[in-house]
Amino acid sequence: MFQIRIHGRGGQGVVSASELLSVAAFEEGKYSQSFPSFGSERMGAPVQAFARISDKPITTREPVMEPDMLIIQDPTLFNAIDVFDGANTDGYLLINSSKTPEELGIEQMTSKYRKNNVLTIPATDMAMKYIKQPKPNTVLLGAFAALSHMVNIPALDKAIRGKFPPRIAEPNIIATKAGYNFIIQKLEQAQEA
Amino acid sequence: MLRQISGSIAVAEAISLCRPEVIPCYPITPQTHIVEHLSALVKSGQLKNCSYENVESEFASMSFCIGASAAGSRTYTATASQGLLYMMEAVYNASGLGLPIVMTLGNRAIGAPINIWNDHSDAMSVRDAGWIQLFVESNQQAVDVHIQAFKLAEALSLPVMVNMDGFILTHAITRVDLPSQEQVDAFLPPFAPRQLLDTSSPLSIGAMVGPDAFTEVRYLAHHKQKEALAIIEQQASEFADIFGRDSGGLIKSYFVEDADIVFVAMGSVVGTMLELVNQLREEGIAIGILSLRSFRPFPANAFCKTLSPNQELIVFEKSFAVGMGGILASEIHMATESYNLKIHSIIGGLGGRTITSKSLRKIVDCVLKGELEKEVFMDLEGATVVRELKRQKEEQSSGPAAENILRDMGVVSASKTH
Repeated sequence: MFQIRIHGRGGQGVVSASELLSVAAFEEGKYSQSFPSFGSERMGAPVQAFARISDKPITTREPVMEPDMLIIQDPTLFNAIDVFDGANTDGYLLINSSKTPEELGIEQMTSKYRKNNVLTIPATDMAMKYIKQPKPNTVLLGAFAALSHMVNIPALDKAIRGKFPPRIAEPNIIATKAGYNFIIQKLEQAQEA
Repeated sequence: MLRQISGSIAVAEAISLCRPEVIPCYPITPQTHIVEHLSALVKSGQLKNCSYENVESEFASMSFCIGASAAGSRTYTATASQGLLYMMEAVYNASGLGLPIVMTLGNRAIGAPINIWNDHSDAMSVRDAGWIQLFVESNQQAVDVHIQAFKLAEALSLPVMVNMDGFILTHAITRVDLPSQEQVDAFLPPFAPRQLLDTSSPLSIGAMVGPDAFTEVRYLAHHKQKEALAIIEQQASEFADIFGRDSGGLIKSYFVEDADIVFVAMGSVVGTMLELVNQLREEGIAIGILSLRSFRPFPANAFCKTLSPNQELIVFEKSFAVGMGGILASEIHMATESYNLKIHSIIGGLGGRTITSKSLRKIVDCVLKGELEKEVFMDLEGATVVRELKRQKEEQSSGPAAENILRDMGVVSASKTH
């Protein structure tokens, strides 16, 4: 079972991201679940959402306590809450930022991860470019797919088309692909270096 | 058809397949998405021959249900928490009159203090109201048990409440197999009312009953609930034949037979326990789960038949009777009197507090060491409680307890005003 925890702020599409992930995994024939941490449904408040993907039925209902993949949609959260709580450092860390982990001042935590398992991506800037809104979630979903291989891009596209009308879905699908390509490129560069 | 959808949408789709004719509703978190989706299904024409009524309160919604059901319509509504309390008088009337209404309760805590999150205090507040009360572990069961609920309600002419954990199930997106209309039609025949308000053949429903007959009418209600025990089992097996799934029934045993320790619980926490139990079994610990799927009627016989003497029970419940203790635990004490079982009452998950498998594991470890007390409030912040008790003892005007506790825990919004 692969467990994902997404941290962000109300309005950034954190809950939608977890839902799209679970639907994409379902489209690939896997078992999955997603749910938000309930309560703080207001703009700007810290929000968490959870997803699990497995080849077998999932019955647990507890929030993801030990995420294999941690997605940080808003780097200002590093100062607000302990987003790393329980994180499995054999897993992955994906951060929405144009800065490096060192510049973000979190290298003490990120150094526990394997070198190429921690990646930053300027997802909000990319979202502004492709969907003209500061919603980094779909760029990060593409990045997630590239980093974890837990879902593929066609499945994510299908999930996005299922949730949103075409005028919203199509730009988000482009954003997803851009997030995917960004990470693939970054990983290739890291390999060459 | 397999879908990946929220529990609320799944339930609304299942209700729609049952061909309800009247749906009077008033929204309340966490069930709102259910009735919202049903309203959309009626509006779009997917759910035909159904009158959806957005009424002004929960008291109105259950009263509307009573009228519609008495007039011979298959009737459904949903509520939660304070909404259930607001309809309470009509809730008793629906069962007292013997009307086969189906209602979803998206289980949520009751205030004060106000709390929108999940526990079972709303369900327990109507435990004596005469409704059949069923609990579901997953969204698949929520779909399946609602379909069974109409058949059960109409067979008995009694209202059925399907309890579904608010947020934990209603808002969770999971894989659900939605049955076809043909399957549901094969299982659930059209509604044939036992009593019908009909102007061409007038009768009255709701007589005043004095001391001469009240006992008999009430006894009959008890008798009908006991009859329901067999019907619930029979319908679950009919359901399994048509749909190929085990859903519903009175109880479900997970590895209870050879267990030394048995969790007893209702609802979604069974899923969390199941993953823990699988892990503990691999470690060689003989542990199982007895999931209570029917709370009313209380399946005392089925319960006892599944257990063996000398098993140790961890009765986990998400509510309690203030001033007495665990409700489920005391009912199980009564049901298993002759078995000499060791019963621990664990109260947890109140007002949405996360039930972690780590905390459940600690409870099991305590049982293994023989250190578990008879009554435990899981993950209680004891020091916080002690500090508030001290404040109350030392200061007559110590202020509202809830605000004091929040301040003690460092929740910034609770500022001291006096």
